[in-house]
Amino acid sequence: MPEATLLANPVKKQIRIALRNCGVINPETIDEYIGKDGYFALGKVLTGLTPAEAIKVIKDSGIRGRGGAGFPTGLKWEFASKNNSDQKYVVCNADEGDPGAFMDRSILEGDPHSVLEAMALCGYCIGANTGYIYIRAEYPLAIERLKIAISQAREYGFLGNSVFGTGFDFDIHLKYGAGAFVCGEETSLIHSMEGLRGEPTLKPPFPAESGYLGKPTNVNNVETYANIPVIFLKGAAWFSGIGTEKSKGTKVFALAGKVNNVGLIEVPMGVTLREVIYEIGGGIRDGKAFKAVQTGGPSGGCLTEKDLDIPIDYENLIACGSMMGSGGMIVMDEDDCMVSIAKFFLDFSVEESCGKCSPCRIGNKRLYELLERICTGKGEMKDIDRLRNLSEVIKDTSLCGLGQSSPNPVLSTLDNFYHEYISHVEDKKCTAGVCRDLMEYFIVEDNCVGCTACARACPVGAITGERKEIHLINLEICIKCGACMEKCKFDAVILK
Amino acid sequence: MSSVKIELRKDQTDKIHTICDSFGNQEGELINVLHKSQETFGYLPAEVQELIAEKLEISAAKVYGVVTFYSFFSMTPKGEFPISICTGTACYVRGAETVLNEFKKQLEMEVGETRTDGKFSLSCLRCVGACGLAPVVQVGDKTYGRVAPDDVKGIIEEYLPAGL
Amino acid sequence: MNLVKLTIDGKKVEVPAGTTIYKAAKELGIDIPILCYMDLKDLNIENKPGGCRICSVEVEGRKNLAPSCSTDVAEGMEVRTNTMRVINARRTVMELIISDHPKDCLSCAKSGSCDLQDMAIRLGIREIPGQEYAEMSTYRLDTSPSIIRDLDKCIMCRRCETMCNDFQTVGALHAVNRGFQAVVAPAFEMNLEHSPCTYCGQCVAVCPTGALTEVDHTGKVIAALNDPSKTVVVQTAPAVRAALGEEFGMKAGTLVTGKMVTALRQLGFDYVFDTDFAADLTIMEEGAELLGRLTRFLEGDKDVKLPILTSCCPGWVNFFEYNFPEMKEIPSTARSPQQMFGSIAKSYFAEKIEIDRKDMVVVSIMPCLAKKYECQREEFMVDGNPDVDISISTRELAHLIKQANLDLVRMDEEDFDKPMGESSGAGVIFGVTGGVIEAATRTAYEIYTGKSLEKVDFEQLRGVDGIRSASVDFDGQEINIGIAHGLRNARKLLEEIKEGKSHYHAIEIMACPGGCIGGGGQPLHHGDASILKARTKAIYEEDRNKPIRKSHENPYIKKLYEEFLGEPLSEKAHELLHTHYFDKRKKIFQV
Repeated sequence: MPEATLLANPVKKQIRIALRNCGVINPETIDEYIGKDGYFALGKVLTGLTPAEAIKVIKDSGIRGRGGAGFPTGLKWEFASKNNSDQKYVVCNADEGDPGAFMDRSILEGDPHSVLEAMALCGYCIGANTGYIYIRAEYPLAIERLKIAISQAREYGFLGNSVFGTGFDFDIHLKYGAGAFVCGEETSLIHSMEGLRGEPTLKPPFPAESGYLGKPTNVNNVETYANIPVIFLKGAAWFSGIGTEKSKGTKVFALAGKVNNVGLIEVPMGVTLREVIYEIGGGIRDGKAFKAVQTGGPSGGCLTEKDLDIPIDYENLIACGSMMGSGGMIVMDEDDCMVSIAKFFLDFSVEESCGKCSPCRIGNKRLYELLERICTGKGEMKDIDRLRNLSEVIKDTSLCGLGQSSPNPVLSTLDNFYHEYISHVEDKKCTAGVCRDLMEYFIVEDNCVGCTACARACPVGAITGERKEIHLINLEICIKCGACMEKCKFDAVILK
Repeated sequence: MSSVKIELRKDQTDKIHTICDSFGNQEGELINVLHKSQETFGYLPAEVQELIAEKLEISAAKVYGVVTFYSFFSMTPKGEFPISICTGTACYVRGAETVLNEFKKQLEMEVGETRTDGKFSLSCLRCVGACGLAPVVQVGDKTYGRVAPDDVKGIIEEYLPAGL
Repeated sequence: MNLVKLTIDGKKVEVPAGTTIYKAAKELGIDIPILCYMDLKDLNIENKPGGCRICSVEVEGRKNLAPSCSTDVAEGMEVRTNTMRVINARRTVMELIISDHPKDCLSCAKSGSCDLQDMAIRLGIREIPGQEYAEMSTYRLDTSPSIIRDLDKCIMCRRCETMCNDFQTVGALHAVNRGFQAVVAPAFEMNLEHSPCTYCGQCVAVCPTGALTEVDHTGKVIAALNDPSKTVVVQTAPAVRAALGEEFGMKAGTLVTGKMVTALRQLGFDYVFDTDFAADLTIMEEGAELLGRLTRFLEGDKDVKLPILTSCCPGWVNFFEYNFPEMKEIPSTARSPQQMFGSIAKSYFAEKIEIDRKDMVVVSIMPCLAKKYECQREEFMVDGNPDVDISISTRELAHLIKQANLDLVRMDEEDFDKPMGESSGAGVIFGVTGGVIEAATRTAYEIYTGKSLEKVDFEQLRGVDGIRSASVDFDGQEINIGIAHGLRNARKLLEEIKEGKSHYHAIEIMACPGGCIGGGGQPLHHGDASILKARTKAIYEEDRNKPIRKSHENPYIKKLYEEFLGEPLSEKAHELLHTHYFDKRKKIFQV
């Protein structure tokens, strides 16, 4: 597997905190991490701060979970610390499952020690001596580097018994995910760690109260942890100085799609989508027109031109009908059909639904079927109403975050691209030229030389024309198999 | 449901027992045990799952319930050259679907299948983190970037020079 | 106790902390619809996956709707169970569930007693939008000897999974697959026959739809009754008479013995006999076996296997054959009353009325689904002719009676036929937990001590706890007795034996809650222990009213030994009344 593309575009908009060491240090050498002040934060906190003081730093920094929902990290730690128990756990969610995001993998491959250090810090704060990294089995390089990093950290006394000689014990083990997007949900992840089906359970109880093996457990994702050591080193005030009023620090995005520059970027909260797409991303490829940008992956929504100047933060994205999610950012141009995009995401949600609750298990399937109908020209206006009602009920009644957000791509495209739905349903047209069933084959007169290849290829005899004369496709007979287009050597057959 | 009945050899049952033992025969380690077993056998036939259930003292139904929950676990052997098409969002937007369709057409098989000659299996995967190279195809450990439908024939022929 | 105040639909209520919204609403008389939720509170089993989402309600200040079955109340909470948002959501979710459910209600075994159907009626479902292009999840139909799994009808409530794993620790069923294809099934989605299923039927008893039902054999019974060349003999298990009335709207615990006999006669059975007769016979054989082992043990014989385990419950027999095959020498070799009955009916009785066993059809009415499997076991056949031809459940009998336009409630009361209809009170109490061992004790005591019992009621053996232990004084010799009902509890006693920690001389085990009265073939009790208690009471009442209370005093049993069997454990008794067990563990997955 190739290493992830880190977008090294030297534009001033980027600030590297979570990705600070990625591509800079050799991730397999702990000394290089130490050379970048690695494990200094751990030493400083263990020897200088009480757990309560350390939690206060995190709270004051204003950092929020980078995995999706944006829950304040300090508060989460505080809950876990206040629940008394003989045993507590620190868990790192590295089961990155968003089909367009790979920042966690980059951090684990490029800077594994930052996550280990942060987990130890968290362990100290909440009173846990065991940590688990729940990592996707599909990330062999990240696993390898984590293993190396853990053994080096143990060797150096940063993990294991009496870290820094302070009497604080902390060690980290790996647990492997096995390909279930729903395991991004904390309760599912914990069940999976316990060797069970990764089905979510209702919260409360929250993991901070009853998590892994029924013990208080703190779960954060990789990117969140990667920020922690720096916050302790540079201070809460420094961190909270970056970003917007309610969203502090930076966010890593996986910029992809129809922009010129694609890859991982890390920008301060509050930059605009326009700055990301045009300044960092270098604008739309091939000079095409911007159509939408999808954030938040399968749980997110599609934003349009009107949203491009809104500062990116948790609240603003939700207000426009999308969400931060784990940081996927897919740019779409005029050639993308928004109904198909919604269908693409629903396909994902149908496949990833765990099946435990009926709105998500059956509802997403029905949403997909409705979109499929619309994309194949069978849609009716009442289907659009059903899409909306079904979406709202699924959001309102699903058990976990997956179902509560899976209709977002439908709702946001309905809001922002209603006209595309209408043209699919009423005019039976896909203006972006994506939905094959809504398109027809034509012969371009200027290009046709009358070679008869297309007519001979046509299995239903829909093409007529004399040799050396312009041919014609009878659309009533045509079954849209595309055989004519394949056979034509003169680009005379087009689909539109 | 497993269609092929296989007979585990003594060394194979021993291997599974060793794997289970290495995780202390703990019920909670089921997923790790399954990972290791799949690494060893290439897939998780029913017989292997039964053996694991017996060793960890849990029901075979539970083991099967876990195996069928996670897409990483497979009950059919992969082909000699497993072909995976990334259908992550970036690859999708850049035409992964047409590439996938081309593979299906050329190989005359569906996603999730292994060809009867055992040469190829076809699967989709979600984001390999190489969005810059979208659309991406992997055959075994080899990665192909910016794949167009026209490239598909060539890729297949690399593994089967004599033709299909 | 910490009390919490909240309002539901504008009404104030105060409930203990930890109460769910659903239960708090119940206090106010507000019945929030539920589907997957199941509270078998008296069995300590609660199924609340929060999966169906039918019970969703609106909670002030909460972004989405809350599942009331699994959301705890909080101080000052304002709950609305009937806003248009809630009603729309509930209906829409219900439409979704039905969109993936077959619409063949007319021929569905559960029609009329289906929770999903009731809910559709309650929510006024009329059409399913988009049904014509909605894909349905489909599965292979699985017909086992006792249970039919039609998973197309599964709504993933997970009740069966809870019963099979948490209550019975059988582990035959588990949630498998993911998303739209998720369903509850045996390992590798094989048939139940290739799973550790014991056919206890507790999954059938809780299934809210027609996904899990008993194999219906009423058609076979009708065919047999319609065949003039066959002599059709029926036997009725003790627990049936204490529950059958419920199917006809009678109060739980109403004994309908005489009415049932009349109904069976009117249905056309040639001989209406009682399984209780065979229960008395079981006591003669099992009691003799117990005394034999006990005496040898007390005389210092090290090879003797104790405790002896009862073997009347076919679900339990299936359970140990799969889970504890290494201990298959421990249970009594006595066949169950159903099989003893069949065996004697087709030998002794057939000879008496001078017909060939092949011309006799023995039908059993059982509170049990495992009996269907038991009567099909090869060891209970002679030249391929089964001792018991057809076994139907209490529910199936109710259907038969209704089909024949018979009004059980107004039926006259008649007596069983002789000789195999005569029984003692000991035979009757086979239907409740503790009953078999009490019956055995009554006989074993008198034979062992040579004294007559002053009091035949052994109160110390009765009760509802899942595991009970008691000791009985056999004239100076303490006999330790263990009792378990529910296979989870049975497993515990078995583990003790395996570890050599068991101090019991005899153990009685029944697979179902409360014993046969809570069997998988009984009218549905929905976990209401008051129903189980009422049935138990009825059984003990029948026992008290019997002129004969001890098996060995049943004159027809005595006659049977005199005329035919000789004595308990005789060669003939061994041939006809005893069996042996198999190691099923290895066989399970072999297709």
